[in-house]
Amino acid sequence: MTAMESITLKKLKEKFPDSIVDTHSFRGDETATVKKEKIIEICKFLRDDNELLYNFMMDLTAVDYYGREPRFEVVYHFYSLKYNRRVRLKVPVPESDCTVDSIISVWIGADWFEREAYDLYGIIFNGHPNLKRILLYEGFEGHPLRKDYPVRGRQPLIGPKN
Amino acid sequence: MEEGGTGMGIINSQQSAVGSLQSGEEQILGSSVLLTKLDAIVGWGRKYSFFLYPFVTACCGMEFMSLAGPRYDLDRFGAALPRFSPRQADLLFVVGTISHKQAPILVKVYNQMTEPKWVFSFGVCATSGGFYDNYATVQGIDTLIPVDVYVPGCPPRPEMVIDGLLKLQQKVAKEKWSDWPRGEAPVTKNK
Repeated sequence: MTAMESITLKKLKEKFPDSIVDTHSFRGDETATVKKEKIIEICKFLRDDNELLYNFMMDLTAVDYYGREPRFEVVYHFYSLKYNRRVRLKVPVPESDCTVDSIISVWIGADWFEREAYDLYGIIFNGHPNLKRILLYEGFEGHPLRKDYPVRGRQPLIGPKN
Repeated sequence: MEEGGTGMGIINSQQSAVGSLQSGEEQILGSSVLLTKLDAIVGWGRKYSFFLYPFVTACCGMEFMSLAGPRYDLDRFGAALPRFSPRQADLLFVVGTISHKQAPILVKVYNQMTEPKWVFSFGVCATSGGFYDNYATVQGIDTLIPVDVYVPGCPPRPEMVIDGLLKLQQKVAKEKWSDWPRGEAPVTKNK
């Protein structure tokens, strides 16, 4: 059982020995921390390799580890419909170079997820064809899920700031 | 003029006014004519024929559906028929959280309603922002538009809403011609 489940991490480490920073596996819950430079290649490999076939991008989000370096982490969740397997990728993103390559070319469904992460965390997804705010309105300044954004930093379109 | 009788809704001051006529004109006119004041009869008509505009944005909407459905049956109070055009509605039900992105739409819908019009704040989010004291949420719709009845609760019990509606009916019955029109919301931009 364990041997079967760790095939993803094993193959990832074999294929990208220099890009996998860390891996983690707990009760079938598999995580790989990878360098952001190779994210598109890693995603393509996960999607296309015959023993992996992660054909469903379930989730893409970000985390702000304020005070830590690198500050941000983009988190991907993939699912293989064929093998009923899941894997999580974490990509550390420093504040000084707050960009990561868009994976729209691999899964088009990443479109709105990347826009959401951009909207709320201010992470730029290189190569995204339409990277603009998706939840907040145009004219909103800042990215409110960053930990240094004030909780009550209201920017009303109409009415008092209260 | 007892509660539930044919003259129900004609307010107390009217009762005495009518009462003073008993020996005079009304006696002559007989039982086929009811004398009252225009304010009172119009208020009485209005309070039993609210046309709701359900501005439903969040989970309170489920509670609103229960309220409008057969179990709690708002139709008993003459407020059954939702109109999905603000032009045809006179009671704005704000049901749920109003975000700052949504705020201009709410003000626009309010301004589009014909007068007289009333606003019902359904649930604690519409009333005060509720526990969403954050960057995204309007801290009570009364910062945008005038509100007649506040019903807090997360969500409010249907009984609370019915109570609020009865309170609104009492308020409407007492209104005068001179109370209307009130004009558009004070926060409206580009008048």
